Amino acid sequence: MSEKQEFKSITIDKLVSTVKELSAKGYRLVQISCTKLDENMQLNYSFDKDYEFLNLKLDVGKDAQLPSVSDIYWSALLYENEIHDLFGLSIEGMAIDFKGNLYKTAVKTPFGNC
Amino acid sequence: MFAFNVTKRIFINLFTRPATLMYPVVKREFTRNTRGKIEMNIEGCVFCGICQKKCPTKAISVNRADQKWEIERLKCVTCGYCVEACPKKCLSMSNEYCEPAVSKDKEVFANARVLDNATNS
Amino acid sequence: MSRRTIIPFGPQHPVLPEPIHLDLVMEDEKVVEAIPSIGFVHRGLEKLVEKKDFIEYIYVAERICGICSFMHGMGYSQAIEQIMNIEVPERAVFLRTIWAEFSRLHSHLLWLGLLADAFGFENLFMNCWRVREKILDIIEETTGGRVIFGSCKVGGVRKDIDPVTLKRIDKLLAELEKEIKDISNVFMNEYTVKRRLVGVGVLSKEDAHVLGAVGPMMRASGIAQDMRNLGYGAYSKLEFEPITRTNGDSYDRCAVRIDELFQSISLIRQAVDKIPEGPVDVKVTGNPDGEYFARLEQPRGEVVYYIKGNGTKFLDRVRVRTPTFANVPALLKLLQGCDFADVPILILTIDPCISCTER
Repeated sequence: MSEKQEFKSITIDKLVSTVKELSAKGYRLVQISCTKLDENMQLNYSFDKDYEFLNLKLDVGKDAQLPSVSDIYWSALLYENEIHDLFGLSIEGMAIDFKGNLYKTAVKTPFGNC
Repeated sequence: MFAFNVTKRIFINLFTRPATLMYPVVKREFTRNTRGKIEMNIEGCVFCGICQKKCPTKAISVNRADQKWEIERLKCVTCGYCVEACPKKCLSMSNEYCEPAVSKDKEVFANARVLDNATNS
Repeated sequence: MSRRTIIPFGPQHPVLPEPIHLDLVMEDEKVVEAIPSIGFVHRGLEKLVEKKDFIEYIYVAERICGICSFMHGMGYSQAIEQIMNIEVPERAVFLRTIWAEFSRLHSHLLWLGLLADAFGFENLFMNCWRVREKILDIIEETTGGRVIFGSCKVGGVRKDIDPVTLKRIDKLLAELEKEIKDISNVFMNEYTVKRRLVGVGVLSKEDAHVLGAVGPMMRASGIAQDMRNLGYGAYSKLEFEPITRTNGDSYDRCAVRIDELFQSISLIRQAVDKIPEGPVDVKVTGNPDGEYFARLEQPRGEVVYYIKGNGTKFLDRVRVRTPTFANVPALLKLLQGCDFADVPILILTIDPCISCTER
């Protein structure tokens, strides 16, 4: 029953080029998620091609500057805005930048700072 | 063809019973499994407070000192976790929905058990 | 040169059961651009995992959304079971599959009703929901809840279906199949319905891929991907083919969902035939430590459950990527260049579930 899932660790500077490569190979962007760890944040970029699941893992600091991948996959803009709003990571060059107004939360970056 | 379809539908609708119940006159029958409301058999309760801890919505409050078991019906989502968790099996799931309420009241079950060593005078 | 105006759409609108807001940039009657604004019902359920232990969180997971409730619970428990290496009994797996397919049936019928309502066919709406009522009744009888099943738990299921009811389900399916055929005939062949759906909001195969559309949205555009093919649940033992259409317009999205109704009926039938005897749950001991992405096919498309445990009973992170969230970019693409009168239909054809989207 268990599905094979590939995890690959990468760094920030390789992110855009790796995603570009995957996009050229015909992968579909499944999701981008963020997890708050003790010290830093962990981002997961998940891709899928013919039921093959590939996951890019990225460890970044809490005030890191991330490049946007929404030039490559336009649909990434929602995920990136979500991460910006809930975790407070700043992402540069999003296709539509909601400037923190995608989620109207009472507390700024509720998942990030507490 | 179109006219035929319409006529057929009209006849079917004329001779079949309505899909809805005439509610106050005909009461809905609940199935055996329906999660309606939590029932309490207070005689078996030992006020351990496990149900209070497990309740996802914090609808149950147990007071061991006063021997009181309270439930806020409007908070309860009838998930049945308390029924599963109860060590004395005195909680059960009834298949009738609870009565509508106009205020957020707590239903209180107080222990009326007479202790074994107390005198009945 | 026409002037551009912005028309706000939502958060309250007759076709929207839940709040989503769109700013429609209009040029005459045509929409040029749509800018979404979600976040009206963000409840922070993913954050709640820090307060509830992993067994208890299933009640939260099931209540993320009312319509795909069962599959949320199923996805969550599958991810936990995978991390903890729990072998779920075969009968429980089959029961889960049966209930999952029932929930797909009732979700698609609900959607068909809403679609009929959106283009003003009130009668058809009532008919769809009448059929749906029968499904809800059988769900209530087997699980106890009408939409929140509450029957899935980590390590198996809570309720068992007895053989008599299984036989009744078989009989009911034949009845349902007949009634759904009647309804689908109207959706597929009626002149008025076709006028509203054919050729409206075409999503090409390439766009569907690039924009990451999932579920019926993607399959209507010709991409044959159905997460049930991953073989979770009992799907590896049942026979089915992903349903696809090629045009990618609203009519095709409707057709895919209607065909999936028949597919679900056939899947339930197979599952009822093949269901083995045995226990329905196993005892869960220990705490999850590790991470896993569980992927399931919900009525609206692929859902991704990411769970990261740290060896205590409180999880580090639960992340739910719901199908509507993935379909919103595709919706924005569809809205570019469509008529204003078609906007409600287009929003409806992605089968929006906003509570899911925002969690």
